[in-house]
Amino acid sequence: MLSARNLGKTFGRVVAVEGVSLKLAPGELLGLLGPNGAGKSTTVSLLAGLMPPDRGEVLVDDHRLVGDADPVKRRIGLVPQEVALYEELTARDNLRFFGGLYGFRGAVLERAAASVLDLVGLADRARDRVATYSGGMKRRLNLAAGLLHDPDILLLDEPTVGVDPQSRHAIFENLQALKRRGKAILYTTHYMEEAERLCDRIVVMDHGQVIAADTLAGLQRDHPGARDLEGVFLALTGRTLRD
Amino acid sequence: MALTALGAMIAKDLRLFLTDRRAVMMAFAAPIVIASFFGAIFSSVHGMAERARLAVYVVDRDRSPIARAIVAAVQDDRNLAITVSGADEAWMAVRRGAVVAAVIIPPGFGEDAGRAFFGNQSRPELKFLYDPSRAAELAMVRGIVTEHVMRTIARELWAGHLTLPYEIREQAVTAEASAPYNSYAHAFAGMGVQFLLFAAVDLGIGILLDRQRGVWKRIRSAPLSRATVLGGKAASGAIITLLTLLVSFAFAMLVFRVRIEGSVLGFFAVSVACALMATTFGLLLAAVGGTPAATRGIATFAVLVVVMLGGAWVPTFIFPSWLQHLTLVVPVRWAMDGLDGMTWRGLPLAAAVTPTVVLLGFSALFGVLALLKFRWNE
Repeated sequence: MLSARNLGKTFGRVVAVEGVSLKLAPGELLGLLGPNGAGKSTTVSLLAGLMPPDRGEVLVDDHRLVGDADPVKRRIGLVPQEVALYEELTARDNLRFFGGLYGFRGAVLERAAASVLDLVGLADRARDRVATYSGGMKRRLNLAAGLLHDPDILLLDEPTVGVDPQSRHAIFENLQALKRRGKAILYTTHYMEEAERLCDRIVVMDHGQVIAADTLAGLQRDHPGARDLEGVFLALTGRTLRD
Repeated sequence: MALTALGAMIAKDLRLFLTDRRAVMMAFAAPIVIASFFGAIFSSVHGMAERARLAVYVVDRDRSPIARAIVAAVQDDRNLAITVSGADEAWMAVRRGAVVAAVIIPPGFGEDAGRAFFGNQSRPELKFLYDPSRAAELAMVRGIVTEHVMRTIARELWAGHLTLPYEIREQAVTAEASAPYNSYAHAFAGMGVQFLLFAAVDLGIGILLDRQRGVWKRIRSAPLSRATVLGGKAASGAIITLLTLLVSFAFAMLVFRVRIEGSVLGFFAVSVACALMATTFGLLLAAVGGTPAATRGIATFAVLVVVMLGGAWVPTFIFPSWLQHLTLVVPVRWAMDGLDGMTWRGLPLAAAVTPTVVLLGFSALFGVLALLKFRWNE
């Protein structure tokens, strides 16, 4: 469904991403791991069409993603790392705005908003301002905003940062449900246990490049000394601090 | 779809604006309060404030009939607030800055001045002690006092047979004789433009905050052209900035009887051009700004400088000549000229053309610079 071929992006003299290729199938949840500065967020930005790659291409099915207004972007939903919401507005007003960006209006917009609010368990708080939400509720609404236009592909950039266990569990449940509905999900995280629990395959990046891509079992097979994914990750990326 | 997105962006920005009490206060209440204050200071109409009188001390050391008549005449003058005092008291009053000047009539002044009128005698001195920080007002005091001295001496010497050979009739040139100058028109134009620019700063800061909290990524991930994204921001910015100006003027019209004495179309043309100029200024801030806090500080300073130079606080005619020419490169100057022209000056539509075109030119310049400098990569 989503594929990246030989993606490259350079900012000034810094090579952020080089030669990144990956594929994401319907109903698959792909984990994208890497230390700070590995190029994960830049890769997500390229896949979401936030900026064009200097090299390579992003394909949705066979359609090459080109330009800011490419209609194929409707098939992609982005959940940024930040809580990308207007805290001064209510949840419903936030969703009305984000839905409007995709051409939704009237009853269609209201139905879509109600549906995603229901999915993330915030239907009864729809009229409350986001500023009054807990961190976990904001994260769930952040997810809902990315799902509003019912995309086939979901790009999640560290969606559980600062979330309490209950909300994290709820987000996981949501992702499992979306996966069952055939959504293709790319998931970046620093939490290894999340990747172990959720991901069908895992891609590890470092210094802007893909250094490993396999199932959890495949990665562990290649690193027999590692007890778990964290061991594999440290074996691949080293123990030097990345600030 | 682009239109729906545009509408969504405008609706969201208006909603955000209206939910932010501080922004609403800054946009509507603050300019009204400050403009009312400035308008009252400069007001000389409708009996709402009396004309400011120049405070002057007079020391009569002569006590002759001519000197007493001069003192009486200056006391009757509506431009002066006269206090008759002793010399020491007058000196201290000037030194403290309490009065513009003190006029000292020396002993024998009446007699000597009468003789000096015929040219063969040495002329007595009328001494002016003055505050050097108020030299412009001294010239006014000197002129007024001279007039009264001449009239009084002529009357005393020739018993009214010799008088000044002319009278002065003052006429304020405004839209029409029945429509006197209303200082609130200028004050509300000035403060309206100032706070319109502050609203534009908020627009720019809003985009920077959108970047900071990741909302910009979400907007950019939607299938929207850059023109639609910036167009939505520009449209909502223009609406909010225009509202800021128009609400101020509406208040001035209701409460202070400010009127569009000139072309209504011209007034709206200048207002819309001003709002567009401010909006593109806001977009430029978003393009070149760093952190929201730092950008707000620098932008606020810049706005205060351009509104001061543009004559929004006080009319530009009080500036030195070189500065008056320099302010032609300040967009606020054109906005003020245009709004003054359409309100109290009562000029026709043609007078709004140049300010409108110049403001649109500034808008195009800021807009192009914003497009060139805007950071699209996320």
